[in-house]
Amino acid sequence: MTSTTLTPAGRSARKRRPARTGHPLTRGSAIGLGVATMWFSLLVLIPLAAVAATAAGSGWDSFSRALSNDATASAIRLTVLMALAVTAVNVVMGTLIAWVLVRDRFPGQRVIEVVIDVPFALPTIVAGLVLLSLYGPTSPLGVDVAGTRLSVFLAFLFVTTPFVVRSVQPVLAELDRDAEEAAASLGASRFTVFRRIILPSLIPAIAAGATLSFARAVGEYGSLVLLSGNLPMRTEVASVRILSSIENDNPDNAAAVAVILLAISLVVIVVVDVLQRRMVRRG
Amino acid sequence: MADETIDGHAAGNGDLSLVKTGHEPGHEPGRERLREPDDAPKRAPARRAAARRGPLTYVLRLIVIAYLFFLIAWPLYLVGQNAFKDGFGAMRDVLTDADTVDALLLTVQIAAISVVLNTVFGVGISLLLVRYDFPGKRVLNALLDMPLSVSPIVVGLALTLVYNGRSGWFGPALEDAGFQIIFAVPGMVLATTFIALPLVIREVVPVLEEVGDDQEQAARSLGAGAFTTFRRITLPAIKWGVVYGVVLSLARALGEFGAVKVVSGNVLGSTRTATLAVEEKYLNFDKDGAYATSFLLALVAVAAVIVVSIFKPKGKR
Repeated sequence: MTSTTLTPAGRSARKRRPARTGHPLTRGSAIGLGVATMWFSLLVLIPLAAVAATAAGSGWDSFSRALSNDATASAIRLTVLMALAVTAVNVVMGTLIAWVLVRDRFPGQRVIEVVIDVPFALPTIVAGLVLLSLYGPTSPLGVDVAGTRLSVFLAFLFVTTPFVVRSVQPVLAELDRDAEEAAASLGASRFTVFRRIILPSLIPAIAAGATLSFARAVGEYGSLVLLSGNLPMRTEVASVRILSSIENDNPDNAAAVAVILLAISLVVIVVVDVLQRRMVRRG
Repeated sequence: MADETIDGHAAGNGDLSLVKTGHEPGHEPGRERLREPDDAPKRAPARRAAARRGPLTYVLRLIVIAYLFFLIAWPLYLVGQNAFKDGFGAMRDVLTDADTVDALLLTVQIAAISVVLNTVFGVGISLLLVRYDFPGKRVLNALLDMPLSVSPIVVGLALTLVYNGRSGWFGPALEDAGFQIIFAVPGMVLATTFIALPLVIREVVPVLEEVGDDQEQAARSLGAGAFTTFRRITLPAIKWGVVYGVVLSLARALGEFGAVKVVSGNVLGSTRTATLAVEEKYLNFDKDGAYATSFLLALVAVAAVIVVSIFKPKGKR
């Protein structure tokens, strides 16, 4: 409905050189930008600011109270530890899957492409039910992890599988093979070629995927509802804590936990970024 | 981080469009000539089949297949099996149960509205980001990816804090004017729109960057108005990007659970969506109903992924 105002309008754009960097705003596009920014603010920015403001409004008290609550502290610890563990697994397995998809050719590869994207599109509550059917009480494998901490790990792993694969895959596909072949012809082993030639170019993509998968895991909720049982002090994650604060009509506490989670995510993003830069530089 | 992801997509698409141009559904003869000089040097020499194949290749292949089989494929298959373990009985029960049908219809309505909102917003903001320069562009670009990393529960909390009718920032005023947002359908639409917001943008931006604006400039210089240029030149060029974005947003919107749970209040028949119905059925020991409803949702999700993968093969011939 606003698409007409959002398209380039006016005459000034016509006179400029066609540059890839972009034109200055015309009147029509400026209105479009205004409308879009307002919508984005009302939908995303103001509500998120409200979370921060609510947490800050009740001061340090709310943070310390939230953290000194045993169940909350334990939920945050579990969430962060499991998210880190899952991210580590994804870094290895995601890179490996991307490698197999790009460098190997075998029948049925298209099926793998589809399977990898399924967790991204599957409703999270269905993801929980899906895992429960293989790793729950009626498991045909006889493996029942429902209600244990392993179920949290499993659910995180399921929902975060696509991230590293999908960020590494295009980079790997674009990689120039000449340097690898040169190294191999000079006697480097396959492992050395991978470590010294391929890995350095993949690290930024791996880091980006790892960050996404960590952030996703920290906030995960839906897939855990049916699988983990949400036992306080044992399998309850931070999102569930936030939800129960909301349901108990304690938005201050909910906002405090949300901000703590956000801060942890930010720290991890910064650490990953620093690590990635350092590793690339060392090459 | 956001930039890298988008660049990655762009690079992948660039490679793909050169290799696949002839078969690409959205292919236009003029575009390929325009792009070729940029992309040609990037292309790796076409001799990848000559890669060394040792036992390691097969070991890696096996590890990957086994991992994905146990983590995703087999569990997914079991949901289908559980849904139909007594034939079509459970499915028929679900589809004739008025409450569940209401939930499914409501889900479809909410998803449809939020997909339309996200498509209009997504295409518009993508055009602005790619074709125009304005202060704060980088910041806006980074912020647009944020909804993907915010917990759905926090999304629900955020919307509740602003729009609830009792103590929200805007809620009481809106309620006085007759609009209830939280614990009603508008809030669920907002929540669903929030979580799927970046998906159209992420698909459309790389395509817009890739096609360039030469044809738009030409059309404009021949006297076409802004709307005509958009409809006749830009839209056909980005058509497939928009379609993938819409399909992914739709899958995401139909399946949203956490954010909707917080803002809905889960009122039977009026604010209960399909995903909320799954949870409720399972917790009420109606496992067959839960599996049958999940099967329907999973079917849509898998169909969406297959549609995207058929029309958009990634880095393959």
